[in-house]
Amino acid sequence: MDLHAPPIEYSDVRSVEGPLLVVRGVTDVGWDEEVVVALDSGELRHGHVLEIDRDLAVVELFEGGEGIKPDGVHVAFLGSPIRVPVGEAWLGRVANGRGEVIDGGPPLIGMETRSVAGRPINPARREPPRDPIITGVSALDGLTTLVRGQKLPIFSIGGLPHLELAVQVAAQATAPGSSFRVIFAAMGITNADADMVRDALDERAERNELALFINLASDPVVERILVPQLALTVAENLAFDLGHHVLVVMCDMTSYCEAVREAASARGEVPGRRGYPGHLYSDLASLYERCGRLRDRRGSITQLPVLTMPGGDITHPVADLTGYITEGQIVLSPAMQGRGIYPPFEALSSLSRLMRNGAGEGRTRGDHLPLAAQVFAALARAREVRELEEMVGADALSETDRRYLRFATAVEETVFGQRRDERRELDSTLDLAWQALAKLPRRELTMLPDALIDNHIPRGVEVQ
Amino acid sequence: MSDPSTGTVVSVNGPVVDVEGLHDVALAELLDIGVDRLPAEAVTIRDGVLTAQVYAYTGGLSAGATAHALGRPLSVALGPGLLGGVFDGTMRRLDKSADFVGFEPAARSDQTWNFTRRATIGQQLRPGDVLGVIRETAAIEHRLLVPPNVRGTLTWIASDGPHTSEDRLAVIDDAEVGFSNFWPVRKPRPVRRRIPASIPLVTGQRVLDLLYPIAKGSTACVPGGFGTGKTMLLQQIAKWSDADVIVYVGCGERGNEMADVLDELPRLVDPRTGKALMDRTIVIANTSNMPVMAREASIYSGVTVAEYFRDMGYHAIVIADSTSRWAEALREFASRTGQLPAEEGYPATLSSALAAFYERAGMVETLNGHPGSVTVIGAVSPPGGDFTEPVTAHTRRFVRSLWSLDRDLAYARHYPAVGWTDSFSRDAERLGPWQVAHGDPAWSARRDQALALLAEGDRLRSMAELVGSSALPDRERVVLKSAELVRTAVLQQSALSPNDAYCAPAKQAALMDSVLQVHQRCLDLVHTGVPMSLIEDVDMSTLSRAKDAGPSDDTTAASKARDGVIAQLEVLR
Repeated sequence: MDLHAPPIEYSDVRSVEGPLLVVRGVTDVGWDEEVVVALDSGELRHGHVLEIDRDLAVVELFEGGEGIKPDGVHVAFLGSPIRVPVGEAWLGRVANGRGEVIDGGPPLIGMETRSVAGRPINPARREPPRDPIITGVSALDGLTTLVRGQKLPIFSIGGLPHLELAVQVAAQATAPGSSFRVIFAAMGITNADADMVRDALDERAERNELALFINLASDPVVERILVPQLALTVAENLAFDLGHHVLVVMCDMTSYCEAVREAASARGEVPGRRGYPGHLYSDLASLYERCGRLRDRRGSITQLPVLTMPGGDITHPVADLTGYITEGQIVLSPAMQGRGIYPPFEALSSLSRLMRNGAGEGRTRGDHLPLAAQVFAALARAREVRELEEMVGADALSETDRRYLRFATAVEETVFGQRRDERRELDSTLDLAWQALAKLPRRELTMLPDALIDNHIPRGVEVQ
Repeated sequence: MSDPSTGTVVSVNGPVVDVEGLHDVALAELLDIGVDRLPAEAVTIRDGVLTAQVYAYTGGLSAGATAHALGRPLSVALGPGLLGGVFDGTMRRLDKSADFVGFEPAARSDQTWNFTRRATIGQQLRPGDVLGVIRETAAIEHRLLVPPNVRGTLTWIASDGPHTSEDRLAVIDDAEVGFSNFWPVRKPRPVRRRIPASIPLVTGQRVLDLLYPIAKGSTACVPGGFGTGKTMLLQQIAKWSDADVIVYVGCGERGNEMADVLDELPRLVDPRTGKALMDRTIVIANTSNMPVMAREASIYSGVTVAEYFRDMGYHAIVIADSTSRWAEALREFASRTGQLPAEEGYPATLSSALAAFYERAGMVETLNGHPGSVTVIGAVSPPGGDFTEPVTAHTRRFVRSLWSLDRDLAYARHYPAVGWTDSFSRDAERLGPWQVAHGDPAWSARRDQALALLAEGDRLRSMAELVGSSALPDRERVVLKSAELVRTAVLQQSALSPNDAYCAPAKQAALMDSVLQVHQRCLDLVHTGVPMSLIEDVDMSTLSRAKDAGPSDDTTAASKARDGVIAQLEVLR
């Protein structure tokens, strides 16, 4: 087959229903193939082949079927699954959800293209993640360290500053000693948020370290399905061919999943929990698993997906399935938000499963892991004290209990709390954590070796 | 197109493909489809149209593509070269493949094995008879057996010395037998008979061996929401169980976890044999992003491989993490083929498929009369942590042990988070007599006492939360404290500590006995009128530290801690 032959156009459209178009009389059309539909008005729409049945092809249109007259369109099949250009030319650019640059600059041409579906990483060729990413955000760096090759989602609730946090991480994060790049994929965000994202990431984009894909809330819903695939395909090339450490931020995965649900329902699929299709797990996994390190290649892909839990329900399918695939979670809570703490980090529900591999001597600092374990343990105790205080009143608390409360307040306000544009060094984060621990009696620091305590909290200094 | 084994693709819907013109094909037969020769399996044949599930990404596949029938059902090649290897769900070798998984057929292995004959020309052979052996790894002698469907006179056999797994091994009557032979994964390999499973599988995990033991040849399931430490527990079992062969099936799970296993296993040594753990392990890795239908096949591949080693007289374990992902693959396929959904969209065949899978476990007398076993341990990942969902609910009907992971325990960093309110072991009763016969007459009593203490401790804890523990009578405060000790000093076990990751049975018993004896002494003291407030001031932290104080088979730290605490208690009298 001549790959350079112009694609054959078909115009026998049997039906249009929602985003689905049924075309008759096709030959040699492959499943998942890219499709361009030309309307009489000259407008072009994009899609892919969802199903082939003899000479019928079912096409799913990203922009939907509205305005399409069955006898007024030309459908071209492009001969392969959807492809996207890849390369460093992406850095510094802004594109829409179909991968078309929208920053007023020149189009991306003459670049190598890749299938957006990607190919699964051979698990036997993976290298376990080992090195940290320093985000400059204390809650992450100190207690839920992000490790190169990890996928660590932010679980949030509508109204909380998760987008701000995601943008802050995208703007500040580095992989000490290595070249670091960021791909920011925004799905279903408002125009105002998109402006905020662009402004905040402008500086990094100027330095050619970041590419931005934006699908607005007003953009076609089904197009959202494509955005993470584009972002990850570009990221794979930057990481595994060009040797960069790449952070892919994807916000908001709940919008993505809703688009998947909408598409599935248009196809008449049997709905599963809360109307989401039964293949949502495989679908999410096909995105989240596109991260990691490979044994003989230099770069890595790290993912920071952001999702909002409808009704704050952590058992909601999007959060639940994400939790089963990803390696921990960073939870934001309205309670912390209500106390005016940014980021509103809920430490006791948060966990970075790979932290023990990516932090400590030679990676972050020798005292990091025991320090974090002690802070978690003391916060858990402080929460019990808070519950007790609500029942019996502050007066009935012991002196030790009260010091736990002072400790917790100090951690939340001085360690977790920071400005939205503040890049805090890891050393400062850990030192602030030590200062908070100094509010506890020394005998309570059971998870820290004596020598370590002596180094950081001078004996005889009893902070009140 | 007259060739009955060649057909034409008429429709493609993701991994579901319809083919016409294939007439000489049986249900469940293997096909290859299109120019890329994608592997597929025939799942329905109706009115001349065959529906196949494809074990690879079908992007680019079009109507009109050619499909060939391969004349055999989905099968795996069983022979030397499996141990220490990493495979995908259809047993294509991964550890010698490229960085990204494609459809390339696996490379032929040119590794040679030193063969020693054990049969002579002219000998009458029956299925299961030993033709010869290969010392495949330091841990395992690979016994090459007459396949289950072959019998007759041995007319030719390979010479002693090096052979590859592609070589011919023997000719029996007219049947050629290779060093490696295909077996259909969905068909259980035959045995002479099943025998009762009454030998414990020692996992080295205290909460399992002491409270919820499993017999070799039995079944267990581990349900747990995300973050409850399911994979960690299964990996511990894979590393430390006293089985001969471990088949670890990563079925729809995380790639980085598989990387961790593959990174760690080659460096670990079996505490009993001193041999490398990788030498007895086979990893099947079909991560969540790999083709979903190969995920469906992966657990059958795993159990077939385990049966193959069982037939040599070994005790094999299949660990499937997670069977929920396998069930989801069934659901995905059912939904694409328009099957009527039963509970939560799963096909109505879910419970029978689960039952059939777990039934492949068993302690058996093999075709050549030796005992061998396959133990099946499956993880379940209930959506939203809801244990009433179909996969969890059905699985618990078919397994003999349930190790239920408790979110509250995990939240309190109590690992392994196997809870005592919802877990069960139907093997425990049968294993008691074995323990008595093998030098531990107190085993059942110890288990009963610990379970009773934990249950009463839970009851008292919820009461103490309401009224405060000081309002309880002293005897009950002792129970409360002792239950806490059972949890921290015995049940909690650190997978990351070299001393504690594996715990030998004698050390397990010593730790539990120490706590129970201290408990008894405290009861005696409050009975004689010593106030509980004095007992509570006694430092018992040495008991909690004893598990990590000495090597994995050390019992002295436990008894020393016990003696120390009892000495302090005696002072109060």
